[in-house]
Formats: sequence, structure tokens, C-alpha cells
Amino acid sequence: MRRIVILGTGTGGTPVANRLRRALAPDDASIVCVDRDDDHLYQPGLLYVPFGRRTLPSLTRSRRAQLHHGIDFVEGEVDAVELDARRVHLADGTALDYDYLVVAAGASLAPEETEGLTGPGWMERVFTFYSPAGAAALADALARFNGGRLVVAVLDTLIKCPVAPLEFTFLAEDALTRRGVRDRVEIAYVTPLEGAFTRPIASQRLAWLLADRGVELVSSFAAASVDGAAGRITSYDGRGVDFDLAVVVPAHNGPAFVTRSPGLGDALGYVPVDERTLQLPGHPEVFALGDATGLSTSKAGSVAHFESEVLVENLVATFDGRPPLARFDGHTNCFLELGRGEALLIDFNRDVEPVPGHYPGPVGLPLLAPSRIDHLGKLAFESLYWHALLPGHSIPGVASPMPRRGKRLSMLRHPAYVGGPR
Amino acid sequence: MTTQTLAGVSVERDAEGFLTDPSLWSEAMAVAIAAEEGIALTERHWEVVRFMRHAYETTGAGPNVRLLAKTSGVPVKELYALFPRGPAKTAAKIAGIPKPHGCI
Repeated sequence: MRRIVILGTGTGGTPVANRLRRALAPDDASIVCVDRDDDHLYQPGLLYVPFGRRTLPSLTRSRRAQLHHGIDFVEGEVDAVELDARRVHLADGTALDYDYLVVAAGASLAPEETEGLTGPGWMERVFTFYSPAGAAALADALARFNGGRLVVAVLDTLIKCPVAPLEFTFLAEDALTRRGVRDRVEIAYVTPLEGAFTRPIASQRLAWLLADRGVELVSSFAAASVDGAAGRITSYDGRGVDFDLAVVVPAHNGPAFVTRSPGLGDALGYVPVDERTLQLPGHPEVFALGDATGLSTSKAGSVAHFESEVLVENLVATFDGRPPLARFDGHTNCFLELGRGEALLIDFNRDVEPVPGHYPGPVGLPLLAPSRIDHLGKLAFESLYWHALLPGHSIPGVASPMPRRGKRLSMLRHPAYVGGPR
Repeated sequence: MTTQTLAGVSVERDAEGFLTDPSLWSEAMAVAIAAEEGIALTERHWEVVRFMRHAYETTGAGPNVRLLAKTSGVPVKELYALFPRGPAKTAAKIAGIPKPHGCI
């Protein structure tokens, strides 16, 4: 009997545990999941909380209940991992020996990394919707906001769901318009990126959409400090952005236990697994996926989902003494809310940036274009999340390798196309 | 993609000026690339550039700004003073390594 220990039961760890339980006989492998609490939060739903469209209890279910029969669940805080001894130490002194380890513990917010952010004004006129408490507090502040300058600011480049702050901006613009106060509000979107997005075609289209909604785009803005009392965000190159209400995405770190575990990760707590096999170099028995990896892919739920298929295939192969042949291509798929009942779908991987077209399938969701059906797709996804993604069932037509069919890839070869951000 | 001669060596550079082949890099090239960015390399710049080079050789990627600050010991504020147009990106370009990924 060999033991698999999975640290974290979110969007990555849960489907990995459930898929492994189906793939390996209970007599051959025991599976133990560790998490700090029993609250599984549907994180994409936090976006709607500030607008009063969702409540926190409706987004939360039991973690344990998402795990199949035959999987042990341990509630506890991880202290550290001893790679050479193949042992996980919990904060309460318990030790868990493993033959295979999966790090799926996500990323955490680090607002203290930005000077002044948690000082005066924090949670009064400076908010984040990236935490449950922040999203709920922002709902009250936004309901009272009837004029002034709203600034949505991304404070670091390595963040979860990089499109979420754009979505918040579009939804806020829409909500303020419908409340009849839009003409009394200035909105600015502030980002450390060189444009609205990392890749040129999507960046250009999103910049146009921001302009269309009358949102000022402030790019290449590396935030050094936030002064909540004065209502000002200052960049390292000395620029300032003034606000009456600020909605920020703080810097993130990997799991704190990673930084306490020699050899497991970098100084920020991210696990530098191989970007294709998801194995830790030098430790073929250690895997990681989702927001906790040091990969250059977006920290997005879709990435964790696509990685889970590859990881399970490679872990089972390693378990059976076969070479790990499955490869993750960096596939990312995001529905981006635009307000006005529309959304925009992007689908890309390490090599192919988001381009227009449609996602192959019976519905053929449009790519990189505002559409009503993409908005409905985003809303419908929540049910798939609980009933297909977490149990580790395949979602028809949505698999780990990025589909090239349906994409207007000829745009990337057009003479007018210039690479790099714009 | 353009081909040009840098410090006497013919190299290819991408649309943003990053070397496509990090193995062709030399310290003389670093001086030339830094000059394009309006930077005269001081010993403190060199510390960062050599650190980036070392990080790339050991991990296969250049670190982002916060990781660079945490591991090199040069505070973020000073990194921006040394490389005003973005430390991780500019230092990577000067060090002849690929552009660090934020997120793709």
C-alpha cells in the first residue's frame, strides 16, 4: 500500500484526488487530503459579491463533501514538507509520510507587501474583492458610492485570475450607469502591464472596450505605495493616481509552508515544477498544480482544471513504473464579464495567444468578441464546476490540449501583426 | 525578429530587443544593450545583471521583481532606481536572457 498526500482541496486538489481514487485500487493506494478548513469557496463568484448579485454562503460548500468515498480528509495547517524524508509536518505536530505528494495549496493574498495598503483607509475606501471579507465590505461601499473617482488597480503582475480586475471594472461601469450616477463618476484602470492584457491582440481589443466605456487606462504602473488617507497610489517611477474609492488586487504569495520547506519552492512560495510534466525536477514523486506553481501560465481555475488531467496521468504512470508522458500545453480558458449582459471568451496556451474565432463544439462560443451567449456560458459554468470539474469528470468538448480549430490563427501571420504587448 | 551586430557579434533580437539566443551574450553586449536603454552600468547594476544571468542558468527563467528583490537582496525601490523602465524586464534584456513571464 502506497500513500498519496494532497495538500489543498481547491480547484486543483479536489479533481486530482477524485480522479486518482478512480484510477488506483484502494488496496494499492491510500489518498489523504489536507486543508486548513472545510469551506470550499467558488472563487469566480467573488466577482459578483460587490454588486449584491451573490452572497458568500451561496458560493461555499463543504470541502469534504466534494471528495469521493475512500479519500481521507485531514483538517489542519501544514507546517513544512521534508522532501528527503518524504514527510509532511502539520502545525499540530502530526506527521504524514507519503510516497507521492501533490501541492495544490493555491496562492494567498499579501497586501502587506505594498507599502501603506493595510494602513489608514484599508477596508474603508481601499478594498479588494479577492477575499471573501473584502468582497462583502466592498458591496456596502459600492452601494454608497454616488460620485467621485473609482480606481481599479492591479498591484503586481503575478495574480490570480488576471482578467478579474477588468471584469470588475466593466461590471462597476455597468452598475453605476444603471444606477444613474455614471456621469458623476470617473473610472480608471491601473495595471503594471504595458497594456490591458499581456498579449497584443487581446490587449488591443480590451483597450478599445475600456475606451468605449469611458474608462481611463493607466499602464506600466508599478505601484510602490497606497495612501488611503490621502487617496493616492504612487508608482516606483513617481507617478500618482488619485482616488475616492480604490479597488485593488494585492500582491500574492505561494503557500507559506513552501517557503519553510527547503528545496520545495522559491522565495515567494511557488513550486517550480516542470511546465509540461508538472513534476518537481529531481523529485519525480512530487507534483504541483494550480496557483501554487511557479509556471508562467495564468493563475486561473481553468489552468488548474486542465493541469489536473495531465498530473493524474503522470502520477499514475509514475506509480505504475512507466514514464510520465502527458504534457501540459499551458491551455487557459476565461470568460470575461463585460457588463450589459455580455461577456467575452478567451482561449489560449503558451504558444498561441488569444485570437478571435469560435470555440469548437455544438454551441461554438465566440472568442474575443462581446456576446450574450458567452455571458450565459460564464453563468452556466458554476454548475459544471461543482458537478463535473470537481468530481473529476470530463467536460464534453473541453479538454486539456488547447483546440486550434475555430481560431483565426491567420491573424498571427498577417503582415500588420506585431508581436509583444501594445 | 531582426539581425544586428552587437559588440562585434551578429545576433538575433525579438520585437522588444531581447536576444533570441542567450548563449551568444557577453559582458560587452550588456554594456551596449544598457546604453540603448539609457543606462550606464555601475557595479550595483552589474550585481543585478549577474544575478539575473545566474538565476536563468540555474532555473531556466529570470525572476520577477519581487522574487528578484527577495533573492538578490537589492530592495524593490532601489531596483526601480537602477532600472526605471522595469527592473526585471530591463535587467533581463541587458543580461541577454528571455523576458521574464508575468502571466501569459
